[in-house]
Amino acid sequence: MALLEVKNLQTSFFTDAGEVKAVNDVSFTLDRGKVLGIVGESGSGKSVTAYSIMQILAGTGKIVGGSIKFDGQELVGAGEKVMKNIRGNKISIIFQDPMTSLNPTYTIGHQLMEAILLHTDRDRKQAYERAVEMLRLVNVNEPERRMKQYPYEFSGGMRQRVMIAMALACEPDILIADEPTTALDVTIQAQILELMGSLQKELGMAIIMITHDLGVVAQICDEVIVMYAGSICEQGTADEIFYNPCHEYTKGLLRSIPTTDTAGRKLQPITGTPIDLLNMPKGCPFAPRCNFAMKICINHRAERMPINSDHAAACWMNVKHGVQNGEIEIENDEPKNAEKGGETVG
Amino acid sequence: MADKKTLIEVKDLKEYFYINTGLFSSKPLKAVDGVSFTINKGETLGLVGESGCGKTTVGRTMLHLYKPTSGEIWYDGKQIKSRSDIKEFRKKATMVFQDPYSSLNPRMTVSDIIGEPLDVHGLYKTKQERQDRILELMSYVGLNSEHAARYAHEFSGGQRQRIGIARSLAVNPDFIVCDEPVSALDVSIQAQVINMFDELQEKLGLTYLFVAHDLLVVRHISDRIAVMYLGKMVELAPASEIYDKPLHPYSKSLLSAVPIPDPKIARANKRIVLSGDIPSPLNAPSGCPFRTRCKYATEKCAESMPEFKEISKGHFVACHHVADIN
Repeated sequence: MALLEVKNLQTSFFTDAGEVKAVNDVSFTLDRGKVLGIVGESGSGKSVTAYSIMQILAGTGKIVGGSIKFDGQELVGAGEKVMKNIRGNKISIIFQDPMTSLNPTYTIGHQLMEAILLHTDRDRKQAYERAVEMLRLVNVNEPERRMKQYPYEFSGGMRQRVMIAMALACEPDILIADEPTTALDVTIQAQILELMGSLQKELGMAIIMITHDLGVVAQICDEVIVMYAGSICEQGTADEIFYNPCHEYTKGLLRSIPTTDTAGRKLQPITGTPIDLLNMPKGCPFAPRCNFAMKICINHRAERMPINSDHAAACWMNVKHGVQNGEIEIENDEPKNAEKGGETVG
Repeated sequence: MADKKTLIEVKDLKEYFYINTGLFSSKPLKAVDGVSFTINKGETLGLVGESGCGKTTVGRTMLHLYKPTSGEIWYDGKQIKSRSDIKEFRKKATMVFQDPYSSLNPRMTVSDIIGEPLDVHGLYKTKQERQDRILELMSYVGLNSEHAARYAHEFSGGQRQRIGIARSLAVNPDFIVCDEPVSALDVSIQAQVINMFDELQEKLGLTYLFVAHDLLVVRHISDRIAVMYLGKMVELAPASEIYDKPLHPYSKSLLSAVPIPDPKIARANKRIVLSGDIPSPLNAPSGCPFRTRCKYATEKCAESMPEFKEISKGHFVACHHVADIN
């Protein structure tokens, strides 16, 4: 059984301007000891997916459908009491900005011990020892002295280490990392990623890595989900996503990032601007920016289509290619859509 | 790149900020500590380094947004010194800022934002001339005329950055300091803006100082790249050379830390992970600033700052042990 099973998750924010479908029909599974990357640009719903799992959505946000199963236990609608036991204990989260996610008025030691005292039945002395041990684990020098210091005395990289120590103090089964290195410099980012990688191997936990940086994904993820406008457009193993992308958005993303080969040449950007979640198009959300958009893309959202056992994508182009190279045979009315879609629009 | 004429020369530039340490005492924070380089006409010089290394301060001090503590700035064979020099110079050299959200006045329309430099420098005779110039600038950056009467908040991040770029082009400059112009943008939008910088350079013959911490972006856009650490320049070389053969131990680890968006390369890549953090610029180490994190550091490194020397043609390094470690 998968450790975490998310099925048809739908999360909406109810704003004055209307319902914003931030997460729309997201499904995935996460096995023990795996690193799953969720990639997408701002507003694609990657963070909201994580907050939905933890059920720490802002006031106007609500899970409106789907199921989240942790170790077989249903979490949607499970109630605060169950969630309190899950949060921090079974699933921990570290946030993007290490500068604002620590309380400036308490010492690091106080904040670390608080998490341990809340979630385990250790007494204060044991909690102190555990906190020192955790700081040592994340390579903070002189942990005893550091316990007495306040967050302002720590650098950004150090604070992110403290956040990791706090998240790992109760030995969670899943660590959700929401852009953990975005606010950090590259050399510090390398330190933190290295640390997360080695802790993951040591403690055997699963990680959900939320990021917009494909470089970070390439470095540590086993599996990848690419999100656009609240839904999954492609998911598969890291190798499949990078070497055999099957959704036009993923292809566009990979083409648009500068690499060592692109020096002196023009980049190939994705045209247009990101989508307005309040005015979602009827068909594929990426169609307005897609160079290969067909009639069918504008009217019908593509279903998740398996490419192979490790890979699935929601893009009609796969049907078109399938028809063209004879993998898909046209017999009855239904795939006629695909045939009709063959002519490109605009 | 066609003609290798030097457009800007910076000689031993220093910028110290005085930080109060007590009621009557203060201490210099050496944000930029003796930096010298030249930029040729039509070229892009990339400036990289971690936060707090002084790269933004170099850009700002070059334009006299901060008064240099000491050092000289020469533009087109003329030293920029007096107030009138500076005013003239600002018609030739402008800046694009990092944050497209806070660098545009929310109470001004797009046409007023772009027109402001024209007003300041009195670059038009009639209202019509001003309006025509604004529309021309907007077309350069891919905005259309109906955007002119709108306010900045009505635009997405990428479009706002286009407004900022149009503003910097208003005075018809030769030189633009681009201070992290794409780091606040989404990946899919970044490429659009980077291409625009390329196209504008070709079309208008611009010279850029491109300050950024994203090394893949800098590599893509720059002809030469300078690496800074704690207010000092540690290496300067042609872009391809610094990526293929970095000589300074700091450049080596910085470049190896860049996550490559390719799983096979990323897994095989041996990163040189530095221990510790950048020391505070208030208590910079003696001698070479990098010695506290450098595995090759010796006593000599603590005693004196290594000279910024030309090792091979166009490749400058400041390291005592550059010959031994390469």
